[in-house]
Amino acid sequence: MDHKEFIRGGTALSEDEIKSGKIFVEEDALDCRYAWDTGVAIGRYLAELKKGKIIAKKTNCCDRIMIPPRMFCELCYRPSGAWTYVQDTGVVNTFSISNIYYDASRVPSGEPNPMPAVIEIDGASKGMGIMHLLGEVKPEDVKIGMKVKAVWKPESERTGSITDIEYFKPY
Amino acid sequence: MSKKVAIVGLGYSSFRTTSQDVSYREMIFEAATKCYEDAGGVHPQDIDAFVACSEDFMEGISIADEYVPDQLGAVLKPVQSITGDGLQGLASAAMHVLTGELDLVTLSAFSKASNVLHYANVVSYACDPTYVRPLKENPYFIAGLEMNRYLYETGTTEEQCAMVTAKNKGNALFNPTAAYGAKIDVKDVLQSDPLFSPLKYLDKSQDLDGAIVFLLASEEKAYQYTDKPIWIKGLGWATDTPNLDNRLDGMGDAVYARLAAQKAYEMAGITYPRKEIHFAELDDTFSFKELQHLEALNICSRGEAGKLLEQGVFSKNGDFPVNVSGGSLGVGYLHEANGLQRLMEVVLQLRGEAGKRQLDDVETGLAFAWRGIPTATGAAAVLSSRY
Ligand SMILES: [Zn+2]
Repeated sequence: MDHKEFIRGGTALSEDEIKSGKIFVEEDALDCRYAWDTGVAIGRYLAELKKGKIIAKKTNCCDRIMIPPRMFCELCYRPSGAWTYVQDTGVVNTFSISNIYYDASRVPSGEPNPMPAVIEIDGASKGMGIMHLLGEVKPEDVKIGMKVKAVWKPESERTGSITDIEYFKPY
Repeated sequence: MSKKVAIVGLGYSSFRTTSQDVSYREMIFEAATKCYEDAGGVHPQDIDAFVACSEDFMEGISIADEYVPDQLGAVLKPVQSITGDGLQGLASAAMHVLTGELDLVTLSAFSKASNVLHYANVVSYACDPTYVRPLKENPYFIAGLEMNRYLYETGTTEEQCAMVTAKNKGNALFNPTAAYGAKIDVKDVLQSDPLFSPLKYLDKSQDLDGAIVFLLASEEKAYQYTDKPIWIKGLGWATDTPNLDNRLDGMGDAVYARLAAQKAYEMAGITYPRKEIHFAELDDTFSFKELQHLEALNICSRGEAGKLLEQGVFSKNGDFPVNVSGGSLGVGYLHEANGLQRLMEVVLQLRGEAGKRQLDDVETGLAFAWRGIPTATGAAAVLSSRY
């Protein structure tokens, strides 16, 4: 069949153009790179993760222990106070069983579902937590309020990133 | 304007070419804390709304609006983000106050340009994906095209453009916040590396990191926060077509500046800007832009700026000082915060707080910002210490 018969005026499309999908669209792939200055708070937080520790910051204004640490209290608008270590254990505040990967493809059946969760960290103020993943637990066994503990990467593999903790598991 | 809006607070972080020791949040916190202290120690809880200017591609975060509140003290408050220059943000913040519903509004912008590793790509992605990007040329060629056409149409010379750089870098030597002050002359500029002819290396401003925060107040509240309110008399902003090749007045003119200024002058009741305004801080992203903008802003007629510059009219001691702060060429290029750097200098001058570069007897000043290549967007503000 000749595609040209479907075109009234304009430019005829070739078989190749239709097959490659390059019809009425323009393509571009964007390439941007950044190197964000971590600054004081994030910088120390990541450096401590590399050592296998979780560090927080106290506020003198409202007596909170903030995790992740920040240099100022966003509520009282005051500089924060002392650094303080918190536990690498916590409680699941909320979680979800993910059926879709980062690239929007579906998790094939039989493969483990990623389980993102907010973990309220022991030693930090109520409601203060970090976003991470759960592991070594079946989706059906995960519960809000479940106690979990960080599973760290071996020291030699840590890079100073939140992924220095592989996941949190029940304990 | 039917109601009056005042600038009652000003704060800024230290401006630097790199700022590895602070995150952008910590940098903005420093500037905002200074601003609130400058306004008599106001607590952000008492501020009604917040306007922040940013460009997602510069931050590497989409919907960067969501990252605004903490460092400004804006958590749980009305926040608006403007993808535009700080002076466009000023217009928005002033309109917040003009509604009569909000008395105190924070305005902020910052640059962490040192964190953007592919800045040329960011500018390139601002170019039309069909008509310009496929040429795969460094986007700064657009500045070369604009400069060439401007010189051709007006008879302005490359020497006169070079003189702008020399003047502004010289002015910057008296500004402690400036990063690019230098004692150079026309020859230094003319002999600097060619970029996109006729544009040369020293015709172009260089990047800077920094944050600037202002506090705006209604007439009723202004004196609660300062003894020296600076009044916003007029505002205007305009955008030409994005088509580089068929702008209304071509690539040699800055119609966006003319229209923005017309509106601002009209609001401020200004008929003869050169007489009724005492000095200007205006966009000099490239040296020729200062001259082109001066003409478009009706400070002088077309083709006249270069000659007046030679006569010293725009010098620190001249009749109409321009970019006494050092401008972008002398202070540095602060991206979305460029307009706020202009506004900052105008406010400091009008308050009499400009230190060694303080101008005598200035009462009314003009700030003008351009959004940079490849845009044809500008914003103008007329400010006065007189009620
Ligand atoms: Zn607090």
